[in-house]
Amino acid sequence: MTATATTPQRRDGAPTGAAPGRPRTPRRRPSAVAGRIALHVLLTVLGLAVMVPFLWMVTSSLKLDSQVFTIPIQWIPEEFHWDNYTRIWERIPLVTYLKNSLFLSVVITALQVLTGSFAAYGFAKVRFPGRDALFVAYIATIAVPWQAYMVPQYIIMERAGLVNTHLSLILLQAFGAFGVFLMRQYYLTIPDELCEAARVDGLSEYGIWARIVLPLSKPALASLALLTFVNTWNDYMGPFIYLTSNDLWTVQIGLRSFVGVYDAEYAMIMTGSVLSVLPILTVFLIGQRYFVQGIATSGLK
Amino acid sequence: MVSTTASASAPRTRSRLRRRNTLAGWSFILPNFIGFAALTLVPVVASLALAFMKWNSYSTPEWVGLDNFRRMVDSESFWTALYNTIYYAAGHVPLTLVAALGFAVLLNRKLRGVRFFRTALFFPYITSLVAVAVVWNMLFSPDAGPVNQFLRAVGVDSPPGWTTSTTWAMPALIITSVWRDMGYYMVLYLAGLQTIPGELYEAAKMDGASPWQRFWHITLPSLRPTTFFVLIMLTISSFKVFDLVQVMTEGGPGRSTLVLSQLIFREGIEQGRFGYSSAIAMVLFVIVLLITVVQFRIQQRKQR
Repeated sequence: MTATATTPQRRDGAPTGAAPGRPRTPRRRPSAVAGRIALHVLLTVLGLAVMVPFLWMVTSSLKLDSQVFTIPIQWIPEEFHWDNYTRIWERIPLVTYLKNSLFLSVVITALQVLTGSFAAYGFAKVRFPGRDALFVAYIATIAVPWQAYMVPQYIIMERAGLVNTHLSLILLQAFGAFGVFLMRQYYLTIPDELCEAARVDGLSEYGIWARIVLPLSKPALASLALLTFVNTWNDYMGPFIYLTSNDLWTVQIGLRSFVGVYDAEYAMIMTGSVLSVLPILTVFLIGQRYFVQGIATSGLK
Repeated sequence: MVSTTASASAPRTRSRLRRRNTLAGWSFILPNFIGFAALTLVPVVASLALAFMKWNSYSTPEWVGLDNFRRMVDSESFWTALYNTIYYAAGHVPLTLVAALGFAVLLNRKLRGVRFFRTALFFPYITSLVAVAVVWNMLFSPDAGPVNQFLRAVGVDSPPGWTTSTTWAMPALIITSVWRDMGYYMVLYLAGLQTIPGELYEAAKMDGASPWQRFWHITLPSLRPTTFFVLIMLTISSFKVFDLVQVMTEGGPGRSTLVLSQLIFREGIEQGRFGYSSAIAMVLFVIVLLITVVQFRIQQRKQR
């Protein structure tokens, strides 16, 4: 692993515009170059290995059922069956599922971001007795496994007559402690002097939140929104427990039930999987850096 | 910060300000708190009480003390689920940690294509679980699945039956979950690596330390806070594992991959045994709590 010879150069803070591969020190030993090549080869092999499930998913979605499990594996289909992608819409009510997923994801994300960032201001920038104890209660529930209280939650929903409605999932997921926690961590990095100055200028606390803190926390808001959206879109357990009617199902439940019923239609199953992942891939590629920032913010400290 | 706004520090203005602050603070927290209290806080507390009650969908709750726990200790399903959960954690935690750390160290440098690799590694984590489970189930297909074709190609004559075999279903789940989670923890490690000052490596290189020595004596100790956090998160998430198992094997074949969370779901929501399932949930919670506390203790001792 001679390649580690380059480690000290990797400090960030260097302008990202500088070509990443270019050596900054003019003197380079041949062994370092060899190491660099070896590292590239290693990374490519590992990267491909990690990607194999995705590659397989995409190629299988373009095959006939009988061609999915061939020996040896056909990594590139003999002929591309794009019609899988048109036929699937007739096979399962995918439009309904996508609509339901989108509806739940958007509503839950909006509520979580709104109430989370609002509450976070109370926890980070307003000082009042009992605040920290309350925050500890929030944090403590993050540590409690959700499974430990899903039964009482279910009883509450059942008694309220909300089982098998979208409202049950919205109520359960829109007020999570995670959003409050993430936003608070970010607000703590905004200097108190800024809020102080605004107070002296006569701005109310709500004004400070809306006009100063909120605009400054756009990256954190983006992180929270993206993480919540993806989590809701991908959520399996919530819809699995609460939604029983087919017309309320999300993509995840719909796909799972399709797999259960038509377990030999390999190609169609893969087509459905690709379609269920595609929206997430798009969202992810657009907002990639916010994902990473969000994880780093919630992860450290 | 409060007192500066109160230009006159008379106690009356101060107490009025305090009241105003309390009011403002609560008004911010309240919209979230109502939902949080009703649907998280109350259920958490309720599940503690339910564990000591006999209650199903049709009866009225009745205090039965430790009955639920006694029944649990006698139940074979409970012990199987507990064993399986520990088995899963014992595989998932170390493997994910090592993979995440390894990839983070490899990818923490300026190198062409490094961003692409980071993205590719992270993507499984946000891929929907159903898609992940479905694809891996097929990859693990015993006869013509790519995994076993690969194993045969490298000389394994009778590769395992993976999700169709009671012995190999759990390893299959662990492999899938490591693949899925390592990118997330890699991001945490990458963030941790950014905080190590480059001068440390420069100095070590001057002293002639080998790359391995630098990793062992600089990188690892500097990453201790990250590792601590990763360990706790990983352990908690392993004990909570549910959806992956539910979608990939449904606890089978037989009960070979039945985990605690699934048992809680089956007893509590499918069978409507609210009290009994809450007792199992309490065991799950206590285990998670104990592990977290022990890890905190170890961490504190090391810092001293």
